[in-house]
Amino acid sequence: MKHQLATFKLDNRLYGVDVSRVQEALRLHTRTAVPHAPRTVAGLVNLRGQVVLMVDLRARLGREPYGPDDEPMMVVVKVDGEPVSLLVDQVGDVLELDSEQFGPPPPTLEPALRDLVTGVYSLDDGLLLSLDVDLAARV
Amino acid sequence: MDGMDDIVREFIVESYENLDQLDQDLVALEDQPGSRELLGSVFRTIHTIKGTSGFLAFGKLESLTHGGENLLAELRDGKRPMTQRTTDVLLKMVDAVRDVLATIEATGLEGDSDMSAVVADIQFVLDDPEGGPSEQAAVAHEPAAPKAVAHEPTAPKTAAPKITAQNHDEPIDEETPMEPRESEEALVKEPSTTPARKQRVAAVRNPRTRAAKPKASAPTTTRARKVIAAEPMPSATLSAPVDDSYFDEFDGDGDGDIDADSFEPKTAVEAAVETAVETAVEPEVITPTVQTPAVQTRAVQTHAVHTPTAPAIAEPREKTAKEREDGPARSASEQSIRVDVDVLDALMRHVGELVLARNAMTRLAGDLGDASLVRASQRLSLIATELQQGVMKTRMQPIEHVWSKVPRMVRDISAALGRQVRIEMIGQDTELDRGLLEAIKDPLTHLIRNAIDHGIETPAVRQAVGKPVQGVLTLRAFHQGGQVVVEISDDGKGVDPLIIGAKAIERGLRTHGQVADMSTQDLLQLLFLPGFSTAETVTNVSGRGVGMDVVRTKVESIGGVVDVQSTLGLGTTWRLRIPLTLAIMPALTVECSGETYAIPQISLLELLAIDEKQTGVEYVGDAPVFRLRGTLLPLVDLRDVLARPERQSLIGAVVVVLQSDGGPFGLVVDSVLNTEEIVAKPIAAAVKSIGLYAGATLLGDGAVALILDVAAVARRALDVDLQEAMKKVSSDAVGASKTEPMLIVSVGEGRQVAMPLGAVARLERLNASVIEQVAGSAVMQYRGRITPVADLAHILGDGGTSRDEFAVVVCTRGDHTVALVANEVVDIVDCATSDFSEVSGYGLLGSIVIKDRVTEVLDLHSAVESADPSFYEAEDAELVGAGSEF
Repeated sequence: MKHQLATFKLDNRLYGVDVSRVQEALRLHTRTAVPHAPRTVAGLVNLRGQVVLMVDLRARLGREPYGPDDEPMMVVVKVDGEPVSLLVDQVGDVLELDSEQFGPPPPTLEPALRDLVTGVYSLDDGLLLSLDVDLAARV
Repeated sequence: MDGMDDIVREFIVESYENLDQLDQDLVALEDQPGSRELLGSVFRTIHTIKGTSGFLAFGKLESLTHGGENLLAELRDGKRPMTQRTTDVLLKMVDAVRDVLATIEATGLEGDSDMSAVVADIQFVLDDPEGGPSEQAAVAHEPAAPKAVAHEPTAPKTAAPKITAQNHDEPIDEETPMEPRESEEALVKEPSTTPARKQRVAAVRNPRTRAAKPKASAPTTTRARKVIAAEPMPSATLSAPVDDSYFDEFDGDGDGDIDADSFEPKTAVEAAVETAVETAVEPEVITPTVQTPAVQTRAVQTHAVHTPTAPAIAEPREKTAKEREDGPARSASEQSIRVDVDVLDALMRHVGELVLARNAMTRLAGDLGDASLVRASQRLSLIATELQQGVMKTRMQPIEHVWSKVPRMVRDISAALGRQVRIEMIGQDTELDRGLLEAIKDPLTHLIRNAIDHGIETPAVRQAVGKPVQGVLTLRAFHQGGQVVVEISDDGKGVDPLIIGAKAIERGLRTHGQVADMSTQDLLQLLFLPGFSTAETVTNVSGRGVGMDVVRTKVESIGGVVDVQSTLGLGTTWRLRIPLTLAIMPALTVECSGETYAIPQISLLELLAIDEKQTGVEYVGDAPVFRLRGTLLPLVDLRDVLARPERQSLIGAVVVVLQSDGGPFGLVVDSVLNTEEIVAKPIAAAVKSIGLYAGATLLGDGAVALILDVAAVARRALDVDLQEAMKKVSSDAVGASKTEPMLIVSVGEGRQVAMPLGAVARLERLNASVIEQVAGSAVMQYRGRITPVADLAHILGDGGTSRDEFAVVVCTRGDHTVALVANEVVDIVDCATSDFSEVSGYGLLGSIVIKDRVTEVLDLHSAVESADPSFYEAEDAELVGAGSEF
């Protein structure tokens, strides 16, 4: 069985989410900071007239959040029908992967990741961590 | 039409709708004669029309519907079976009612058409206990006029379902003439089992038939209506073509029975039609009005001739129809349409988007500075504003919609609680957005229950304290400053702040110390705390402690504010201030640490700039306060609230004075950018749950700005204890120094005299010639009134002011105005009134050193009285303070 994953890079690691959940990938828009929000909230962004929540995926994955000078990219995913923008280092290709390449998350995975990673695809040149979109977008 | 009362117009629109429903119900009733539900519905409709027409003094309508109502009551109670004859006479009544309504619509009066025939028909049916179809058929052949009435409607009714059955594969031009043929056939043959079965078939399809009916009549409304008028069986005539097409698609398999029926009696049809046309004695009554389908006209004519009442009905209808064609006035039903609320909501959303786009456009045009672009954007702006207002208007509903249920509710509650309450409503036609109307329904209900339960005393108690036995509950609604204010007042016992304080302590909500320091207004605010209820006994009406905090939460959730005022023994007033609309609100955009935030203007009181000279900011402990017109305003720095880099200096900052539950407070921001119409957009739960933001909006430059939830900011920043501690300190601070702004004027030869600024209404500079002497007193004409004048120099024993031009200090109290003459206005300063040195002389309270000069403090009271002895007797008036005017 084939799966299509939209991939993106974060700290040189390759992640993927189900492509059907991805609305679009965009360059960073002007974001509005939300004081007192959890650190995983990167702010709010105007997406064609809609106010969309930005999730700092780096913070979500237990790393340092993006600073004001970083230029992350936005992967806009649909959660409960509403768009949520995930901030990532770099957007990659859409890969078609076979179930045979899929395995459970390795036990060595950091705890912050373990909850979000549904499994691992082994590629020729490394691993692709498959993320649970709903959990990743939850702040 | 123009002169017609709104209430009459509403009645007409409503009745038309009811009548349409009635047509459907009556028809459906024929198919399910036993349906109590339908009978009940029909009965209610007629009853409503009867009741309203009685109320509006439309006697003719009332007598018409009265008969119908009696008939329906018997039907409903099962005293008589539902027969076609009954249905016919009822439908005839419906038509007659329509007719009268049309006359009322056109002329405002019922007109003079004779309805006695219809009334007689109804009575005839009422008097006749039986009404079987076979009997009718028998009756039909007798020549007596009244019986002809009974017979006539029967025939086409029997025919109606049959036509539908038969038509399905006959050419269209032949379908309508079948009606009379069928009538004849039915009469001759008597209804057999076959048509009866088809009748049921038709009944199953009835909803569709009826739904299609208006469609059939739509393109030629007048004509169709006339057909109905002359034709006692509207469903038969109008539904025939529709049924036909329906059967085409439905009965494609070709039911044998139906086919047989439809072919057999063709010759009979033609004969019947001929007879019908021949017997049409007065075809001209109808012919000119019914134009197109000639066959239909003929069909109608037959009925018209058969029915003695039909011409009578048709004539006035024709008249009104002509009037309608002549006059441009639209009929009531054309003037208003019903629109799905979802459509309006969607429209409102789009307009909101348009407003945002407009904002962006305006900003762009301003930046680019291209003249034609600016013009275009101004035009766009204008149109967007108008559109916005228009759409808002469509969503507006008078508050009456909610209030209309109040009298009944009050009646029930007061009965349950043994109170006597009269209800007064003021401003029922005040309009607000329907969404908001919906949202305030529950809070209003709660407040009204509360007012009766906790406010208004029992009759015995009222009598004992000398109040009228009947309490008065007043609902008042009005527009004020772009908001709707709704007040619920009672003349009951009022709320005792001491009891509130005691309860708060008892429930552990506040400490003794806190309560002791609270003002009456602060104590009343405690009513809104969760878990607060003052009812000594919990009743089933109120007093469960879930009351007022829920009211407040609900009102705040729609951006509104609720407060309460109460005078012990005299009553309580609850006041809701609600924005006109939810979707688009005026807001102030402010800057804080390089970020932009929006503050809804509903809570905005004023703006103050802090400049270098500004000495208004003081510190009470660590807490900054702003001395504003003698009161201390707690300051909250938005940078602190939002955990932004600390402000280095208050100079140059702006204080936004906002209203919160705990009173006004000042929010310090870096700068104020703009006022903008903003559209609140929903925000993610993660942001909402922070509890500081009411939503987000898009600014003209496309950036997202958070909308501050003022109440939440105040609550977070001004922690209640801190707030109260500060209030205590600030009141101490005020008490200690007791400063008051004083107006200083120069009088006589180099004297300086001070008087409290709060007592001064206006300052004028006038020419000496304005002063005239009347009966030994100095007066002047001031703002169109004769005003007594007192010369301060004279009062203070310094001769008199002898200058060409001088300063006049105007004091006002109620209707009374006094002018005090001095040389010049020197200054306005805050000074500590406790510093007065003892003494002085006549007309003075003491003296004080202001800016190194000894200044005498005027005994304003006696100075004013010397000019107008009755000044301080003015009832209920207060000295009109001038603080804000200078």
